[in-house]
Amino acid sequence: MPDPAQSKSAAQPFPHLKEEAAAPRPLTLLAVVTPIVGWLVPGGGHFLHRRWGRGALLAASVTSMFGMGLLMQGKVYSANFGDILDMLGFVGDLGAGGLYLLTRALDWGHGSINLATADYGTKFIIVAGLLNVISAVDAYDIAIGKKA
Amino acid sequence: MTLELSHFSAALVFALFASIVFGITQKNTRPEMIRYGVRCFFTFAAGVLAAGWFMYLLRR
Repeated sequence: MPDPAQSKSAAQPFPHLKEEAAAPRPLTLLAVVTPIVGWLVPGGGHFLHRRWGRGALLAASVTSMFGMGLLMQGKVYSANFGDILDMLGFVGDLGAGGLYLLTRALDWGHGSINLATADYGTKFIIVAGLLNVISAVDAYDIAIGKKA
Repeated sequence: MTLELSHFSAALVFALFASIVFGITQKNTRPEMIRYGVRCFFTFAAGVLAAGWFMYLLRR
């Protein structure tokens, strides 16, 4: 008759790793609110978890990048069904959350074809949005206990 | 007000902010975050230099 402990370890090659991993927490209100706040306010999700330093660095990075993109006369995309790159640009910009909504409300980000660096500005704005999405997902991981 | 950066300085600013976010979000402990962020920054910078030299040689 096979030893039960031996057969268990054969089915699960690294059982000790599973034991050491943090058990995921159940879905709470905070886990739902965190990514939304993190999307609307860069670094906001981390602030909710009292990760002040990380939140401040994320907020500074995303906001600076977005602001520099605007100062470089970058273009902020609006919802469109035209060129595929324009649609993807809109998706990237939308990732900036509150910054994007504010920019649209103030009617900024029309872009300039006279400046060579304006295209960099457009890319800065898109990447700021994508980095903000990564930050919001990280805050969600903290909320569900997947990350310390 | 308009900000005009050179190609290289724009790439370095991009690398700096992206590295900070990557470092914080991809690692768990503070030393790991710093190490990973610094590594990302220098990888970005090296990539920019390598691509620049490649395009320079291609043009010749």
